[in-house]
Amino acid sequence: MSQFVVGYYALLIGASCVAAYYHKRQAFLLIFSLTLISFIVGIVGGVAPLRFITTAAGALALAAGTSYAFREFLIIISPPNIARELRTAPLTASFGMFVILTYAIAGIFAPIMAPHGEAEVIASAFAPADANMLLGADQLGRDVFSRLVYGARNTVGLALTATLLAFLMGAIGGLLAATKGGFLDQLLGRTADVIMSVPSLIFALLMLSIFGTELWVIVIVVAVIYAPRVFRLTRAVAGNVVVMDYIEAAKLRGEGTGYLIRKEILPNSTAPLIAEFGLEFCFVFLLIAGLSFLGLGIQPPTADWGSMVRENATLISFGDITPLIPAAAIALLTVAVNFVVDWMLYRSSGLKD
Amino acid sequence: MDKRKDVLLEIKDLRIEAYSEEQWFEIVHGVNLTLHRGEVLGLIGESGAGKSTIGLAAMGFARDGCRISGGSIEFDGMELTTTSQADRRALRGSRIAYVAQSAAASFNPSHRIIDQHTEAPVHYRMKKRLEAQEDAMELYERLRLPNPTEIGFRYPHQVSGGQLQRAMTAMAMACRPDLIIFDEPTTALDVTTQIEVLAAIRDIVDQFNTAAIYITHDLAVVAQMADRIKVLLKGDEVEEAETDKMLEDPQEDYTKSLWAVRSFRRDQKSRPGDNKPLISVQNVEASYGPVKVLEDVSFDIYPGMTVAVVGESGSGKSTAARCITGLLPPTKGQILFEGEALPPSYKSRSKEQLRQIQMIYQMADTALNPKVQIGEIIGRPAKFYSGLSGSALKSRVDELLDLIELEPSQYYNRYPPELSGGQKQRIGIARALSADPKFIICDEVTSALDQLVAEGILRLLDRLQKEFNLAYMFITHDLATVRSIADEVVVMQRGRVVEQGPKDEMFKPPHHAYTDLLLSSVPEMDPNWLTTLLEERGVDNVGDAASLSLDKAAEQSKEGKPASG
Repeated sequence: MSQFVVGYYALLIGASCVAAYYHKRQAFLLIFSLTLISFIVGIVGGVAPLRFITTAAGALALAAGTSYAFREFLIIISPPNIARELRTAPLTASFGMFVILTYAIAGIFAPIMAPHGEAEVIASAFAPADANMLLGADQLGRDVFSRLVYGARNTVGLALTATLLAFLMGAIGGLLAATKGGFLDQLLGRTADVIMSVPSLIFALLMLSIFGTELWVIVIVVAVIYAPRVFRLTRAVAGNVVVMDYIEAAKLRGEGTGYLIRKEILPNSTAPLIAEFGLEFCFVFLLIAGLSFLGLGIQPPTADWGSMVRENATLISFGDITPLIPAAAIALLTVAVNFVVDWMLYRSSGLKD
Repeated sequence: MDKRKDVLLEIKDLRIEAYSEEQWFEIVHGVNLTLHRGEVLGLIGESGAGKSTIGLAAMGFARDGCRISGGSIEFDGMELTTTSQADRRALRGSRIAYVAQSAAASFNPSHRIIDQHTEAPVHYRMKKRLEAQEDAMELYERLRLPNPTEIGFRYPHQVSGGQLQRAMTAMAMACRPDLIIFDEPTTALDVTTQIEVLAAIRDIVDQFNTAAIYITHDLAVVAQMADRIKVLLKGDEVEEAETDKMLEDPQEDYTKSLWAVRSFRRDQKSRPGDNKPLISVQNVEASYGPVKVLEDVSFDIYPGMTVAVVGESGSGKSTAARCITGLLPPTKGQILFEGEALPPSYKSRSKEQLRQIQMIYQMADTALNPKVQIGEIIGRPAKFYSGLSGSALKSRVDELLDLIELEPSQYYNRYPPELSGGQKQRIGIARALSADPKFIICDEVTSALDQLVAEGILRLLDRLQKEFNLAYMFITHDLATVRSIADEVVVMQRGRVVEQGPKDEMFKPPHHAYTDLLLSSVPEMDPNWLTTLLEERGVDNVGDAASLSLDKAAEQSKEGKPASG
C-alpha cells in the first residue's frame, strides 16, 4: 500500500471522527459514507479512482473556498444595504458571481490578457500544448487560449447586446400593453403569439439566410425572437401592479403614461424582470453558440466559442479535449448565471423564512 | 345553568418568539389563561397585541416564523408543547377547531361545502360519509341556514358571506370539538349580517356546551359573546374579568381608554346660507357592463361639511365615489362642481378640476407605492399641480408632514412599508392635502385601523377640515364613525339613496325601514343587547332574512297601493 492510500483513509476516518464528536450529523454521514464507498472503489479499481476522488473533492473544496472568500470580499466592499442582501446569498450564488466577474475581466481585457492575436497563426495545425501555448493550437495553428479569451469578448458581448435589445423591446411593449390595454394590448399580444409560434432556431436560420450574417442582423434577429417572452412576463407582472390604488391615485392626479410606467410601475416589477434577464441571457447565449456551430453566426476568423467547437470537432475522435474546452466555457457561464438567477428568484418570490 | 365545571385548557406563562431581521424576539411575554368546559373567553386588543398568536398557540400551533419558546399549554390533561407533531395533529379538527376571519378565503373554492365539512369526521373515522352529511344538515339547520338539506351541495361562491361564515362554524362543529377558536369571525361582515352570525355562534356554543376562545377587536361584539374578557396589549395581559364586571368597572387605564374610544364627538354643522353646493350629484346612473349599480342617485355636498355615505357592501357607496372622481363615467345624470358640470371621465377633466377632488383610500398599504420615498409621495401632487421644486417643494412637504403630526426629518426619506398602518393612513391624507383641494373623498379610511388609531385619524381629519374649510364625502359602514364626524348622512341600499338628511334627524326616529335595520344592527356595549334584539325582532328576522323581508314589504306596499287605492 502506498503512502497516498494510507494517508487517504487516515484523513477520511479522522475527519468522520471529528464530525461525530462535534455532533455534525450531516457532515459525518457524508464523510463516513464516502469512506465506505472508498473501501469498495479502492479494492476494485486500485489507487487511480482514489486519486480521482481526491482531486474532485479538492476542486470542490477550492470552489467553495473561493466562493466563500469572494462573498466576504463583496460584503466588505459594498455599501451597507447591499451588503445585508449579500449576506443572504448562498455559496452557489457567489460562485456564479465570481465566474461572471472572471468572464467579464477576460472579455474587457482580452487584448492585454491574450498572448497572441485571435487570427494569428503561430504553430502547425493541432500542435500540442507547450510553454508558449497553454492549451495547444487549433486546426490552423492558432493559439486556443488566446481565441478562448477573445471568444469571451465576442460571444458574450453579442449575447449581452441581443438580450438587452430583447429586453428593451419586450419590457416597453409589456408595460404599454398593461397600462394602455384595449387595442394596443391585443395588437402586441397577438404579434408576440405569432413570433412565438415559429420554432426559434428555424426562425433564426430563415432570417439569417435572408438578411445575411452581419453582426447587427444577428443581434436584431435574436432580440426579436426573445422579446415576446419578456413581453409576456412584463405584461403579467405590470398587470398586477396596475390595479393597485396608488396607480389609480396617480391616474386621478392626471399623470401621463410615461410617469406611470417610470415611477410607479417599473420600481415594483424590477425583481422578476432582473431574474428573467439572467435566464434569457443563457438562452440567447446558447442560441448564438448554436448558430455559430451551424456556420450562420459570427463569421471566421473572429474567435467564437460555438464555431471553435465545430472547427475542432474532428479532434474528439483522437481522444483530445481541445474542442471540449470552449464547450465547457459555455456550460460554466450558463451554470454560473443560473446560480445567480436562482438566488434572485428566491429573493423576489418572497419565500424568505 | 352553571357553566363552570372542570378546566379544559390551561396556558401558563406562555412565551412566543418571532423571527425577524435575523434574530428572534419575544412577541408574547408570559400570558396565563384558564378556560373551563363550556365557557367562552373573549380576547381583545389592538392589532399586534398577540390575540391570534395566542389563539393558535391554544392548538399547540405557531405560525411560520414563530415559535413557542416557553411556558406550558395543557389541554385536557395533555401537554401540547411536548407532545409529538402527530398527536397534536390528531387533536386539531377533532377536539379543537378553528374558525378563521375570512370564510371566503378559508374554503376551497373548487369543492362543495358539505364535502369540506365531512372531511374531518371521515378522516378521523368518527362517522361514515353519509352519516356525516346528515349530521352536517342538522348543524346547518341549527345554525338557521336557509334550505339546510340543499345548501351544503353548493360551492362556496354560491352562498353569501354571512352564510359562508355560519357554514364554517358548522364545519368546526363537525367533530363536536371541546374547544373552538373564533378568530375575528365577523370582522369582514356587514353589521346586518354580523348579527345572524353572532346569534348562530352563540346558540350553537351553548347547545353543545363547547368552550370557545373568541378573538376580536370589537368590544361591543365581545360583550355579547363572552363569559369572561381578557384584555391584551403588545403581548402582555392587561386585565381579565367577568364580562359584566369588565364593562362596568375596568381597572386599568388602557382598558378605560379602549372603552372610551367611541367618545369622540364634534358639533354638527348646518348648511351655509348662500346655498350653493360644492359638489352636486344629480340623478346619476352607472353600471359595470350590463349590471346596473347606481340608480337615480342625487345628493349635495356643501363646502366645509362632512357628508357620510352609509350602506352595506354592494350598496353602491364606492361606485358613487368612482363616478364623482370620473373613474367610472355615469351612464346618465351629471356631477356639478361649484355649479359647473364636470366632464364624465377623469381623462377629459382639466388639471384644475382634478386638483380640487382628492381621494383617501381604505387600504393604505395598496394606496402608497412601496418603492417611493415618503417625501416624494407627498411632494409629487404639489410639484405636479403647483410646479413647486427645490427648497420650496421641500418646505411644502415639511409643512404637510407637520400638519399630519409626523416629524418631517424622520419620515422624509423613509419608505411606506417601514411605517405602521396609522402612519401610512396619515401619509395618504398628506398626499391628498398636498394638492390643496376643496373636496376629499374618504373611502372607509378608518375601517382597516384599530379603534384608538382610527380615532386619531378622525380627529386629524376634523382639525384639517376646520383649518382649510374642506368638504368630505365620508364613505363608511361603521355607524359609530358616522355619529362622531358626520354633518349629513346619505343612506344607500342596492344602488339607491333610501334616505338623506342632517345627522341629528337621521339618528332620531322615525326612520326609513332600511335605516332602522342598519341602526338597530350596530352592536352596543350592553351585554344583553343581542338577546334583547333577538327577542324584539324574532330569531329568524335578522341579517339577510331581515333585508329580504324588507324587500318583500316594499314590493307588497307597491303592489298593495294600486289595489287599495
